[in-house]
Amino acid sequence: MGRAVIPDQRVFIASGCGGTGRELAAYVDLSLLGGFVTRSITLDPRPGSVGTRIAETPSGLVNSIGLQNPGLETFLALELPWLVKQGARVHVSIAGTTLGEYADLARRLGRAPGIHGLEVNLSVPDAPGLNVFDVREPFHAASVVAACRREFPRDLPVRAKLRPDVSRIVESARTVAEAGADGVVLTNAAPALMPDGRPGGLSGPAIRPLALRCVADVHMALPELTIIGAGGITGGDDARAFFAAGATAIQVGTGLLHDPTLASRLLRELDEIGDPP
Amino acid sequence: MTSAATETSPIHLTGEVLAVKKVGAFRHVTLVAPGVPERFRPGTFLAVSVGEAHLARRGFWIHRARPTGGYGATVDLVVEPSGVGSQWLATRPQGTPVEVTGPLGRPFALPKDPVNCLLVGEGYAAAVLFPLAERLRERGSVVNLLLGAPNEAHLLSALEARRTARSVSVVTADGSVGQQGTIASAVREALKRSEADVVYAAGPPAVLHEVAAAAEEHGAWSQTALERPMACATGLCQGCPVPVIGEDGIARNVRACVDGPVFRGDRVRWAEL
Repeated sequence: MGRAVIPDQRVFIASGCGGTGRELAAYVDLSLLGGFVTRSITLDPRPGSVGTRIAETPSGLVNSIGLQNPGLETFLALELPWLVKQGARVHVSIAGTTLGEYADLARRLGRAPGIHGLEVNLSVPDAPGLNVFDVREPFHAASVVAACRREFPRDLPVRAKLRPDVSRIVESARTVAEAGADGVVLTNAAPALMPDGRPGGLSGPAIRPLALRCVADVHMALPELTIIGAGGITGGDDARAFFAAGATAIQVGTGLLHDPTLASRLLRELDEIGDPP
Repeated sequence: MTSAATETSPIHLTGEVLAVKKVGAFRHVTLVAPGVPERFRPGTFLAVSVGEAHLARRGFWIHRARPTGGYGATVDLVVEPSGVGSQWLATRPQGTPVEVTGPLGRPFALPKDPVNCLLVGEGYAAAVLFPLAERLRERGSVVNLLLGAPNEAHLLSALEARRTARSVSVVTADGSVGQQGTIASAVREALKRSEADVVYAAGPPAVLHEVAAAAEEHGAWSQTALERPMACATGLCQGCPVPVIGEDGIARNVRACVDGPVFRGDRVRWAEL
């Protein structure tokens, strides 16, 4: 506290962990962040899952939110303008039912003023049963990225968010990069099971070493590819571990749910050490 | 603070356990939490971090908020040690630092003009009604209180409330204190006797559902303070959905933590909760 915090392009809010932005704004100045990634937006509104949505597990959370979101129209009308007005660099996460829907989302978001980038969610952890376009095969993931890249303004980044599947992460990253992705977000929550047996995603410090391994492997194989690291970051030291593994920026997600001031604390902690960007 | 933060925004701070007092089956936990009492309005709650290994926050009703006092700004929480989080908090020694965020959520809506009110509370959740009773009384409304519990140990003391309330009724399932019965069996009679225009309720969802239905039959407005398991408690994660019918008549899931915890009883789709 006390001293002014300067904007840090390396600190992002992870998709699904910053509410609509309004809730988070009580704890951090959104304009000081490298980016605010929205929860995944779909073409039509989605009510989300029924039953328990988040369960605790040691050093982690398992979630099955079911992609609850107000749909593209409402997002553009009610949420995006407010975020832009706050000076947030908005990156919109998208999920689609079909390839055409991804393309449609990319095209319409590309026309909306104030958007800084697109994050294609290719790793919805609770996807089974959600009617999301199946991208488990790299060929399908590449088609989605190519379609989004084609429809989205050339000067704005399209990044792909991948799952922490260590044995296939390099292949996945290479495929989406070749399809036109300007970078990858490593990683989403790990596919897991909710206590009641429904599919879910495991996030938090429990998956940090897994996410770090993904970052390190991809950086080793594809040193030119932009990597945004994510997975269980709860402080400056964690962020630096991701930078050391090859990430140029990081996202905070689950850590924010535990401490809503985490992003502002990170801005300070990274500023104090004066790490090179 | 930040540009979008305001005086009514919740704050996050490291508070301190000032006292933990055993009262029946409950613990009254007093925390030093500067800034929270000043922002407090009845119906809002406090989120508590219960150690590093547990990522989800726990929400507790604020029973009393003192902006100034011998120990500075403090809040009292009523805790029933039942789960991991509530047991953790109930067993903290004096002086333990505790990460808290609050006050969170939408408070009870207060009537513009003085009216007859019935406040209905079951178990520890009734804690949230006591500061509300004071607030209503200050604004000239008539306060009637109906408290319920399985037994005396789980009944919040109504002694203080007797100062602010016109009437206090108590029901326990085992008849150990007050009349034998439940909120469900007593609420309609209490509504009639108090001629309530507005009903405020706190307790388990089944009790709130019952009270909301009774209020509807009686022609009274109801405001229900709903407790749901939460992960963040701050509106970030969508982990605490409450199925409602919105003001626009459209059914949707909203968040208990920021769109509630107080909901109009006739807006909640109780059967789907």
